[in-house]
Amino acid sequence: MHKILTKLIQFSLIAIIPILLAGCGGRSGSSVTIVGSTALQPLVEKAAADYQVQHSNVNITVQGGGSGTGLSQVQQKAVSVGNSDVFAEQQDGIKASKLEDHKVAVVGMGPVVNKDVSIKNLSMKQLKDIFTGKIKNWKEVGGNNLPIVVINRAQGSGIRKSFERVVLDGKQPMNAQEQDSNGTVQKIVEATPGAISYLSFSYFNNQVKSLTLEQVKPNAANVATNKWKIWSYEHMYTQKNASKETTKFIDYMQSKAVQQKLITDLGYISIHDMKVQMDANNKITPVKGGDH
Amino acid sequence: MKAKTIDRIATGIIYALVSVVVLILLFLLGFILIKGVPHISWKFLTSPAQAFIAGGGIGDQLFNSFYLLILTLLISFPIALGAGIYLSEYAPKNWVTNLVRITIEVLSSLPSVVVGLFGFLLFVVQFKLGFSIISGAIALTFFNLPLLTRSIENSLSAVPDLQREAGLSLGLSKWKTVTRVIFPIALPGIITGIILSAGRVFGEAAALIFTAGQSAPAINYADWNPFNGTSPLNIFRPAETLAVHIWKINTEGIMPDANQVSAGASAVLVIAVLVFNLLARFIGARLYRKITAGK
Amino acid sequence: MDQIKNELTHKSKASKQDVRGRTIAFICIAVIMLVVLSILFMITSRGLSTFIQDKVPVSDFFTKTVWNPSAVDANGHYLVGALPMIVGSFSVTILAALLATPFAIATAVFMTEISPKRGQRILQPVIELLVGIPSVVYGFIGLTVVVPLTRQLFGGTGFGILSGTFVLFVMVLPTITSMYIDSLKSVPRFYREASLALGATRWQTISRVVIRASVPGLLTAIVFGMARAFGEALAVQMVIGNAALLPHNLLSPASTLTSVLTTGIGNTVMGTLPNNALWTLALILLVMSLLFNLLTRYIGRKGGLK
Repeated sequence: MHKILTKLIQFSLIAIIPILLAGCGGRSGSSVTIVGSTALQPLVEKAAADYQVQHSNVNITVQGGGSGTGLSQVQQKAVSVGNSDVFAEQQDGIKASKLEDHKVAVVGMGPVVNKDVSIKNLSMKQLKDIFTGKIKNWKEVGGNNLPIVVINRAQGSGIRKSFERVVLDGKQPMNAQEQDSNGTVQKIVEATPGAISYLSFSYFNNQVKSLTLEQVKPNAANVATNKWKIWSYEHMYTQKNASKETTKFIDYMQSKAVQQKLITDLGYISIHDMKVQMDANNKITPVKGGDH
Repeated sequence: MKAKTIDRIATGIIYALVSVVVLILLFLLGFILIKGVPHISWKFLTSPAQAFIAGGGIGDQLFNSFYLLILTLLISFPIALGAGIYLSEYAPKNWVTNLVRITIEVLSSLPSVVVGLFGFLLFVVQFKLGFSIISGAIALTFFNLPLLTRSIENSLSAVPDLQREAGLSLGLSKWKTVTRVIFPIALPGIITGIILSAGRVFGEAAALIFTAGQSAPAINYADWNPFNGTSPLNIFRPAETLAVHIWKINTEGIMPDANQVSAGASAVLVIAVLVFNLLARFIGARLYRKITAGK
Repeated sequence: MDQIKNELTHKSKASKQDVRGRTIAFICIAVIMLVVLSILFMITSRGLSTFIQDKVPVSDFFTKTVWNPSAVDANGHYLVGALPMIVGSFSVTILAALLATPFAIATAVFMTEISPKRGQRILQPVIELLVGIPSVVYGFIGLTVVVPLTRQLFGGTGFGILSGTFVLFVMVLPTITSMYIDSLKSVPRFYREASLALGATRWQTISRVVIRASVPGLLTAIVFGMARAFGEALAVQMVIGNAALLPHNLLSPASTLTSVLTTGIGNTVMGTLPNNALWTLALILLVMSLLFNLLTRYIGRKGGLK
């Protein structure tokens, strides 16, 4: 009996340690925690650093973790803002009506190939056939004789959803390599002969070759008019009644200071420049003038 | 065949295998160092990171790596030591003890992202520690405990029973025997365990992304009061370590010199691990000589 | 008289100290078990909810080969076939361990029995250095060196189990070697002396006495090496091809449980099927490593001394 008692005491002791630690952890001061999309993180982190220079009383923490994590944590009120590459409506398990959407940037994406591939342009149909596995060699689309190595993006990721929405038109993609980050895809395409994948515009560099689609160039101007169709919003989701600090920071993100300088510097497209808009059902409509 | 011939052949094979290993080692280290060392400069080591322009450094990340390592070892070493002592000296030899061992070993095969998520849900969200060094250190402790405990236990039980009998026959209590006789002899093995687990702490990224975080807010190195927000010693600030930084610039980095920063940071990391290993061995050897009363 | 009685009936200082020490040690192991059990509980409860809450048949999970948890097939069944990943994880881990073990044994024997001075001064610190290299760096080297090499030597795209095995081999080598060195060192010196005195050659001493006496230590080392291989995500993911396909040979792209788990966890929402399915993968990983563990223990009991 005595023995059991001692053990019980020891166990309860252990349970107390973390709680004590937690007590010490209660931090004072107004803080904003932002979690989610890894693609959006560098932008928000930089903006937060600039913002805190003027507002030193606010403590903003920006972390990655993925769009799904961001949305589910903001839904559970564990964080103040959830960054996401996708509309909350399009994510399983998220009650979008409970959240407030703040679009802070537009990101364009386009196909890239290894430098050994000789072609420069593809039609939408050809791109679709490549990703569904119908076309297996570059010579079938007028290139050199080289087997195609398709590198898809991670299931459930924002970029893959946007790409498949525009390119695949409801068809199932072939079973292929899947990589989750822009940097990794960039490196694999660079190192693998015959490789094709897709990247955000900011990751285009001279080590990989970006393709034109139907002779349309992947650039910001074409995204703004929806001539280049593969693009999506970067969202910052909050609870409906977000704290004052949170709202103020998001206002800052949407302000001219950030939109005209930082956003374009990082290779994103400002929401102010868009001549069209997209809703959660992927319907695209022209922007009525003077929205912002 | 004669035993002598076999002996020669076997020795030859061992030499061959070892040379392959040495070649791989030389290649790996050469690859990392040759690519990275040219980018290392005093400025690189001390300036803060840049998100999207060239010329960022790794100063904060380097400090965070060491600080996190020390915190993690401070938490995990005593626990692992106690557990190792219990398993090797006190635990009854039965299926329960075996089960404990197996469970601990199984835990070490968990992908680090699972440990990270567990830490995130429990410490960052539940206990409201936030993204902080302390959350990271606790998550890494979980990650570290299996390997550390088992290597301490193995080093302890490798000590011949003669030593235990000698200690007990001198009238020492079992605890005294363990701490004064067995532990010193087992020290070199324990140091290996520490070095191995420290290496993993240095190199770990996935478990930290969700706990210590992947952003490094500005640190004020003039302020050493651990209770201030920007103090380097504050355990409640988010902290990106070197390995996390390397991971980040390799996966989503858009600075024009991402490849150079990554190569340089990897080389710095390798050198840092080397320095730590040599230091640990040196201190371990001094300690060993001191407490075993050898020369 | 009273003093003697007192000494005999009351606990001595040393004995109290022993009890205290024992208690502290016990608390430590209890803390670890608490941590382990809570992690196990979380993984098991979330992992099982795929079967309980979402009513996915267990057999589907282990035998189907299409992995797309956010979609359903024509009959309304979730596409959660984990077989390709299970096969991938299994093959990479076993192959890497099989490949690494002879090298680890040779290196450890070299360092302790043949050339302790050079071995320990230079080789050991360098080998331990490898543990600290982040996996993304291994992945990058694998991508720029191992994959092209495999492509040149064996054909195919270079992405596949073979490349994964090579990268993991290098990653688990330091763990196995360092842990095995310590158990070789703990083989009592007089074993070797006795064997040599009987006229055995050095190799006979090493193979019949030293290695056999250290089999349990070797097995622990291999178990931890395999554990590292199982849990590794980033490096393997970059070289194995990371395609949820059933591999038909060592050169076709495959994927592992860990890489699918790590890739997907940030894109899914807690409590939904795609997320639960990932936790089920973690559970499978645990069960598999438990099986490996029991297997190596069993082999150890058969092959060890006594």
